[in-house]
Amino acid sequence: MDELLKKQLMVTACKVRMGIIEGVYNAKSGHPGGSLSIADVLTYIYFHKMHIDPKNPKMADRDRLVLSKGHTAPALYSVLAQRGFFDAEELKTLRKIGSRLQGHPDMKHIPGVDMTTGSLGQGISAACGMALSGKLSDDSYKVYTILGDGEIEEGQVWEAAMFAAHYKLDNLVAVVDNNGLQIDGKITDVMSPMPITDKFAAFGWHVITMDAHDFDSIEAAFNEAEKVSGQPTVIVQKSIKGKGVSFMENQVGWHGSAPNKEQYEQAMGELEAALKALEG
Amino acid sequence: MADMVKKATRESYGEALAELSSEFTDLIVLDADLAAATKTGIFKKACPERFIDCGIAEANMMGVAAGIASTGKKVFASSFAMFAAGRAFEIVRNSIGYPHLNVKIGATHAGISVGEDGATHQCNEDIALMRSIPGMTIINPADDVEAKAAVRAALEFEGPVYMRFGRLAVPVFNDKDTYKFELGKGVTLREGSDIAIIATGLMVNEALNAADTLKAEGINARVINIHTIKPIDRDIIIKAAKETGMIVTAEEHSIIGGLGSAVADVVTEEYPVPVHKIGVNDVFGHSGPAVDLLKEFGLSADNIVATVKKALGK
Repeated sequence: MDELLKKQLMVTACKVRMGIIEGVYNAKSGHPGGSLSIADVLTYIYFHKMHIDPKNPKMADRDRLVLSKGHTAPALYSVLAQRGFFDAEELKTLRKIGSRLQGHPDMKHIPGVDMTTGSLGQGISAACGMALSGKLSDDSYKVYTILGDGEIEEGQVWEAAMFAAHYKLDNLVAVVDNNGLQIDGKITDVMSPMPITDKFAAFGWHVITMDAHDFDSIEAAFNEAEKVSGQPTVIVQKSIKGKGVSFMENQVGWHGSAPNKEQYEQAMGELEAALKALEG
Repeated sequence: MADMVKKATRESYGEALAELSSEFTDLIVLDADLAAATKTGIFKKACPERFIDCGIAEANMMGVAAGIASTGKKVFASSFAMFAAGRAFEIVRNSIGYPHLNVKIGATHAGISVGEDGATHQCNEDIALMRSIPGMTIINPADDVEAKAAVRAALEFEGPVYMRFGRLAVPVFNDKDTYKFELGKGVTLREGSDIAIIATGLMVNEALNAADTLKAEGINARVINIHTIKPIDRDIIIKAAKETGMIVTAEEHSIIGGLGSAVADVVTEEYPVPVHKIGVNDVFGHSGPAVDLLKEFGLSADNIVATVKKALGK
C-alpha cells in the first residue's frame, strides 16, 4: 500500500478509536473492546472501499455495510462521523435519551447506517438479502458485513452462510473479527467456533485471513476479495480486542464496560500520543 | 342454503401473487421449502426468476426479506404460521418490525385446521405474537375473494404486514364483483341489535351461519368481519358495544392475545360490555381431520349459537 495512504488511514483509525472512547465514556456503558478491534477494518472500508456519499446516505447504488456484531456500534458511529455523515460531537450523546445514537445501530434515524442490528446472527442475513437484491436487478453495489467470532455461534449465521454460497453472492464480503474473546471468556472455552476458516470453506465461501491491524494485510485481503467470482468471500481477521488502548487489550472485562474518568484520560492520552507520533 | 364454492385461502394467496407478478415487477417471493404447500409454487411457475427458495431456514429467510426490502423492492416471505411467526419471531421483531421494513409475511397453515399434522404445526399463537410487535399490520382474510384483495392491498401498503392464510378449503361467501377490501376497516355483514358476533378468518362464515340459525329463533345478531386485526377498527367495535350491549368473538386462534383480546381491549377502554371469546381455549391441538377438529374445539356455528344463547340467558 502507498505509504501516504497508509499513514492517512492510520491517522483516521486513531481518530475513530478516540471517538469510540469518547462515546462509551460519556454513555457510561457500551462495548469498547470489540469496537476497538474493528476500528482499522471499518476505517479501510469506509475511507477506501465504499462507494458512498455522506450528503446522500440513502443513494440507491451505494455500497452497503451491515454491522452484524451490532453491539460495536460505537465503532460504526465513530467512523461514520469521521466520514462526514454527522458531527463527531454527537458521539458524546451515545446511548442517551433523545439521541439518535442508540445502543445498537438504528437505520431509521442514523445517517449512514444501512441496517438495524444488535441481535446477533441477524445482520448477515440482511446483508445476504441486500446482495441478492443487487444480483436480481444487476446492480453493481457491494455489500459488506462484520461479524464477531462469538457471534458465529448463532445458528442463523450458518443458515445465511449456506444461502450466500447457494446463490453465489460474490458481491458480498463478510469479515469475521477473530479477537478470541466473548462475554463469558475465551471463545475456545465458552463454545469454540474453531476452525472458523475451514467452516466457511466447507460452506462454499472463498476464505481469506488477514492481520486486522496492518493496513498492508487489509489491503491485500480486500484486493483478493475483489477478484473472487461465483462465491461469497469471508475475511477472517486476527485482531486484538481493545486494540490501541494498552489496558484494554486482550482483556475480556472490556467487552462491555465503560472507562471511568481516570481510565478515560489514560486511554485518550495514549491515543493522542499515537496520533501525534503519526502526524509527526 | 345453496352449497358455496370452497377454496383454501393459501390457494388464493399463491394465485394472487402470480396474478400480481406482472403488475408488481419488483416483487420477490421467498419461501422456506414449502412452496408446494404455501402455494407460492404458483408464483414460482409464473415468475421463476423472482422466486427465491431459502431452504428450511426461516430465521435467515426473514433476515433476507429485510435486506431485500431495504433496497426498495417488494418482498413476500412465506412459510407455515408456526415457523413464520413462531420460530422466526425474534427476527421478525428485530430485523423487520423495529426498522419498520416493507416486508410482507405470507403465513399459511394457521390454526387448528392444519388437521392431521397435529399440534406441532397447528399455530394458534401467531396473532398474539404479531400483535405484540409495534407497527405490525395483521390481516386474516375470511375467504378467497377477501384473501386475494388483501394480498393486493398489502402490496400497495408501505410497511410490515403479517398475512394469515388457511390450509382448509372454506366457503367463498364474498362476491368478487362487488367486494372491496379496505385495510383496517371491519365489515358489517348482518345488521342486528341483540348481540354482536365479531369474527375473523374461517370463523366469519360460521358466524353468518350462526346468525341465520339465531334469526329463526328470534335473536337478531349483528355479524362483523374483522379482517384487519391490527390496526383494529375501533369504531365498528365501539358502535357494536353501544348498540348491542353484548359481544361474542370467534377466531381460529388461542383465546389469549388474538381477536377476542383485541376486541376486549377496545371495549374495556371505551364502553365496557361483556365479551365472550370463542377460540382455542389455551390448549394444544392434536391430529385429526380439520373439520372434525374445528367441531371438537368449538370453532363452529353450533358453538357460536350456544354461546350467544347462554350469553343472552336464553
